[in-house]
Amino acid sequence: MENNNVIEIDNVKKQYRLGTIGGGTLRGDLQSWWARLRHKEDPNSMVGSRQYAKNEKFMALDGVSFNVKKGETVGLIGGNGAGKSTLLKLLSRVTAPTEGELRIRGRVSSMLEVGTGFHGELTGRENVYLNGAILGMKRKEVDARIEDIIEFSECRQFIDTPVKRYSSGMFVKLAFSVAAHLNSDIMLMDEVLAVGDMAFQKKCIDKMISVARDEGKSIIYVSHNMQTIRQLCDRCIVLRKGKVVFNGDVDRAIDIYLRNDEITSKLFNDFTDCHKFNFLTDKVMMESLEILDKENCRFKDDEKIRFRLRFRCNEDVEKLSFRMMIHNSDQMVMATSACYNFMSCKAGESCERVFEMGVAPLASGVYKVLPVLFEINEIGGVIDADGVYPGLVFEHEKTTQLDWKCNLYGDTVLDDMICIG
Amino acid sequence: MKKKQDNSWSIVIRPKTGWFDIDLKEIWQYKDLIFMFLKRNFNSAYKQTILGPLWFLISPLMSTTMFTLIFGTIANISTDGVPQFLFYMCSNAAWGYFSTCLTSTASTFTGNAHLFGKVYFPRLVSPITSVIYGLLSFLIQMLLLAVSIVIFALRGQAVTPSIHILLVPVMLLQMALLGLGIGIIISSLTTKYRDLSILVGFGMQLWMYATPVVYPVSQVKSFAAGLERLVMLNPVAPIINNFRYAVLGCGSMDYGYWALSWAVTFVFLFFGILIFSRVERTFMDTV
Repeated sequence: MENNNVIEIDNVKKQYRLGTIGGGTLRGDLQSWWARLRHKEDPNSMVGSRQYAKNEKFMALDGVSFNVKKGETVGLIGGNGAGKSTLLKLLSRVTAPTEGELRIRGRVSSMLEVGTGFHGELTGRENVYLNGAILGMKRKEVDARIEDIIEFSECRQFIDTPVKRYSSGMFVKLAFSVAAHLNSDIMLMDEVLAVGDMAFQKKCIDKMISVARDEGKSIIYVSHNMQTIRQLCDRCIVLRKGKVVFNGDVDRAIDIYLRNDEITSKLFNDFTDCHKFNFLTDKVMMESLEILDKENCRFKDDEKIRFRLRFRCNEDVEKLSFRMMIHNSDQMVMATSACYNFMSCKAGESCERVFEMGVAPLASGVYKVLPVLFEINEIGGVIDADGVYPGLVFEHEKTTQLDWKCNLYGDTVLDDMICIG
Repeated sequence: MKKKQDNSWSIVIRPKTGWFDIDLKEIWQYKDLIFMFLKRNFNSAYKQTILGPLWFLISPLMSTTMFTLIFGTIANISTDGVPQFLFYMCSNAAWGYFSTCLTSTASTFTGNAHLFGKVYFPRLVSPITSVIYGLLSFLIQMLLLAVSIVIFALRGQAVTPSIHILLVPVMLLQMALLGLGIGIIISSLTTKYRDLSILVGFGMQLWMYATPVVYPVSQVKSFAAGLERLVMLNPVAPIINNFRYAVLGCGSMDYGYWALSWAVTFVFLFFGILIFSRVERTFMDTV
């Protein structure tokens, strides 16, 4: 049986102690030790918290297991403190696990930080060699790749200048180039692309994709940028509080990470006790949004969304407008539909209006809507009175000839082109 | 799904490692890194200086002159009949090498935390680098000493190195090992206790005066008989003493205390590596 896993992580746990570790000084530790010996309270523990530092444990990783196959690109997502970086640290052997075992086949190059070990006084070229050596490359290997590295970094002009004179962008470009050209089997990347301009980010992602597909390297990529995760990864692992909560399909993983799956679409959306933004004037307050003439929140192609909006008026409003801001699953605004100056209302009034919104250009997917009541003042400025997110969740089904993938073609399907000549 | 012992894994990371877990073969694989570190240290040390690598010559010359003035001319300490300048230059080079080995090894973990925290390479690479780097400035000082000996010989103050000069590499090795051993112990402990790094600074200075660096062993003997035995228990003392005999032919060769000093060296090295291999894996969590 051929085992083509390059990484196997087997029930790995990593424990950290909470509080300060020891007194920090030899004297402090001796004091604590002497106090414990006499069953007195530790003079270095926090006031009132007996033996705090001794017993409080924190599991940064709590029984994590998964495998990575050769040539696979695995995304690692999770909130802050979920254990992503700890896991990468264990894989790159910066620190050791408390329990469990990690098995790695092949050479690992880790980029937990861009430009690790760059020395400001040395020139770009010297740093390429130094950085290469730190990341485990032989001198000859760097020699063979130096031209590619310089070419990729777009820093040829400055390559013989000390890197302390580099702009931060150039620094990152050079550092990434070294790492991307490493002769390793496994690459660990921790949000290295967060820096560098858009063009270079795109170049890096393309490079990583080609590295994985053509050279058969495996990549573990940690990022908070769902866009790049979608572009790059074949598979995604969601960590939450040191545990793997999901391992599989990228889109599903991102939904789980963003907790999109916890928000379900409802026909009747009650706004009576929900989160309010504090920049709103609250002149009017929305009470509910209800989908009309439908059994569910699924809309096909040209189908219009008809809904009733109920709201209360707290102050007199001359010209009230309403807009629906449509967000995709990555919480990015995709489109907005507005209805201007549809009414005026007096303080204390309760109103309800029925609207009809067309969403035909949207590609298939689940969308979340931020409905906003607003006014437009004399100089054309928009003053938001009330908004609720998500005020509505709906699904749109769009039939296209293309097998529409949002990461390839975008979230908007424009009308089909016609050939006129 | 218990896995059988599978040899195809290149790295297996487990929580606890054995007491003696230093992979010398791996360090050899990283020889290029050692070389790059050396180059980095050398290149970056004197960047943006006018005199550049000349400082390698100037600083030992200055301190030797200083020693000659203070201990030779003002304090009038005997130098066993050897020209004072040569005596101090010789002692200074040897002590300087030992001191460099120890202090730079002692700051291995704290000084490289930013690097160790981000990328893996055998941690011993960095103390080894400092030991080799120290050797570089030692060799330059030796060259300087050789030139000085010739100049003094031309002026009629000849010194004759003994045949024991062939043992100098052994002495160097011992100083490196001793410095490495003690330095590693200190660096492993400084990941938790920063006190030690402060101690190292002035501790080395005190240690220098306890070692026959600025005075010959014979001076101690004439001061109080028997005291020299105490002085020679210091593991560095016999090395410096023998080194001076080998290079300048002053004093006498001592084998008894030297053997003892070797034993002490191995003890320190043994415990050093022992502690190092414990700390190496997880020091990032405590540093």
